[in-house]
Amino acid sequence: MNSIMAVLVGGLFAAGLYMMMRRSMVKVIIGLALISHAVNLLVFTSATLRRLPPPLAPEGAYAPQAAIVDPVPQALVLTAIVISFGVLAFAVVLIHRTYRTAGTDDLDKLDRTDT
Amino acid sequence: MNLPLVLPLLIPVTTAAVCVAAFGHAVWQRWLSIAGAAAHLSVSVWLLFEVHRGGIQTSQMGAWPAPFGITLVSDLFSAIMLILAGFMSLAVLVYSLGSMDKRRESFGYYPLFHLLLMGVSGSFLTGDIFNLYVWFEVMLIASFALLSLGGEPPQIEGSIKYVTLNLAASAILLSSIGLVYGLAGTLNMADLAQKLDRIPETGLKSMLAVLFMVAFGLKAAVFPLFFWLPASYHTCPVPVSAIFAGLLTKVGVYVLIRAFTLIFVHDAGYTHSLLLLISLLTMITGVLGALAQNEFRRILSFHIVSQIGYMVLGLALYTPLALAGSIFYITHHIIVKTNLFLVSGVAHRLGGTFELKHLGGLNTLRPALGVLFLIPALSLAGLPPLSGFFAKLALVQAAISGEQFWAAGIALAVSLLTLLSMMKIWNEAFWKPASQPPSGAPVGMALLGPVAFLALSTVVIGFSAGPLFELSDAAARQLLDREGYMQAVLGGRP
Repeated sequence: MNSIMAVLVGGLFAAGLYMMMRRSMVKVIIGLALISHAVNLLVFTSATLRRLPPPLAPEGAYAPQAAIVDPVPQALVLTAIVISFGVLAFAVVLIHRTYRTAGTDDLDKLDRTDT
Repeated sequence: MNLPLVLPLLIPVTTAAVCVAAFGHAVWQRWLSIAGAAAHLSVSVWLLFEVHRGGIQTSQMGAWPAPFGITLVSDLFSAIMLILAGFMSLAVLVYSLGSMDKRRESFGYYPLFHLLLMGVSGSFLTGDIFNLYVWFEVMLIASFALLSLGGEPPQIEGSIKYVTLNLAASAILLSSIGLVYGLAGTLNMADLAQKLDRIPETGLKSMLAVLFMVAFGLKAAVFPLFFWLPASYHTCPVPVSAIFAGLLTKVGVYVLIRAFTLIFVHDAGYTHSLLLLISLLTMITGVLGALAQNEFRRILSFHIVSQIGYMVLGLALYTPLALAGSIFYITHHIIVKTNLFLVSGVAHRLGGTFELKHLGGLNTLRPALGVLFLIPALSLAGLPPLSGFFAKLALVQAAISGEQFWAAGIALAVSLLTLLSMMKIWNEAFWKPASQPPSGAPVGMALLGPVAFLALSTVVIGFSAGPLFELSDAAARQLLDREGYMQAVLGGRP
């Protein structure tokens, strides 16, 4: 499972970086989205994926009895998904505004503020 | 619940909420947000007193004991940074009274400003590395909106670059957090430091250290990751660029210092030498970039990059004196840099442009403004008896006593070049005769008041450098005392 995830994360990172190098703004945003998926999967995988029961304590007990799955990475990924959703929504609005004001989708033509 | 620790977060969020409730009433929002910033500043001063009296302050959110819940921690360094954040917000908000346009005010400038302040304060206070990521995102989304608010074409272009590179930095930061959790199984910074000490080094720790260095370095705008900064900071309205220049990159420097004094100290010979190289290159490229520019705010933006190098230099040398110099430098720099951006706004109001070629004659028009520019400008270059001199003195002394003569030489040469480009602004904007008649736009007390007050602070810091340096020294010793930090957060737990 871990090796499949490793390949998947690597592939997503590669695809995301490739898209970020493109000249079209829309593709850059798609690249960012792919990278954020890659990062979420990486966080998820880094705490080692194992088939274990959920972190629930049996009735009357103070703590779970046997080995349990670590719930923290899932909480982290949930938070990260929400954040990246909000940020990407902003980025999409921003490229729409850029297209409206600059009249182009080509990042190479957006060089007026460069130094 | 430790009140002075929680209030620096609660006050900005409440202010932002109240400002949203008063959305149609710009006048109410103005005074509410100034009151909010003043309250933030006073609470931060209270926090500094508490930390000074009772040592490191901690608070466990939701009463979950330390490594499991989210901890808020404040040592002297974070308290100093909080005071500076509150102080700059107050100054910039007063300045906004005279310079922010009606449209931006009515589209949520004030609530966004306070959300930014909340994100910055959260990053200074948190003791949990994932929580730090969340505060970063709060800060980023507020800064994205502030940067693009108004929607002028250059602003939008600058935002695209700023947003893309900062999102990439966030992705790198989140992957490093995930990997460090996979390695150590904890997110609490103090616990992380303790657990990483026990894990034998197999190259993984250094790899993680460098990943964090890249993520935080992008936020701090160090060489070679600074390109987003000079491409975006000169596009937005002056108050926004002033608060960005004062606070945002310094949050990056703050977390770099925190991470590389608390968590990643296992191989200082490697990580801190790398930081030394980065800091020197940052200084040089920043100052050379500034020399090539001919626009007021672009010159200042490149100088931010160059000055970040000095702050990282103190961290890289990694001695008590160097770290104290770094902290003193950050204090001095935040005030001076915010002030210079505010002066650029006044010059723009008088001359109608930021281009140095078209500016001129400001000194004959407003001699007082000339003095108000020269104080922060000369302080930035490090002339005695202003604040910058003592900051640089400490760093150069630390470099020499650490036998890094190259670093000391470069630091001195860069400050000479800084003086050169400050003199360029002085000659072009203030000294040479005006090429076109002045616009005659009114410059009220709302604009000049904060500028004068910040210039006065620079002079006061210069003349009371002794006690302030003692405070920085105490903060630096606290940073180097990792055991004390772990003890304060974990309370002697294993």
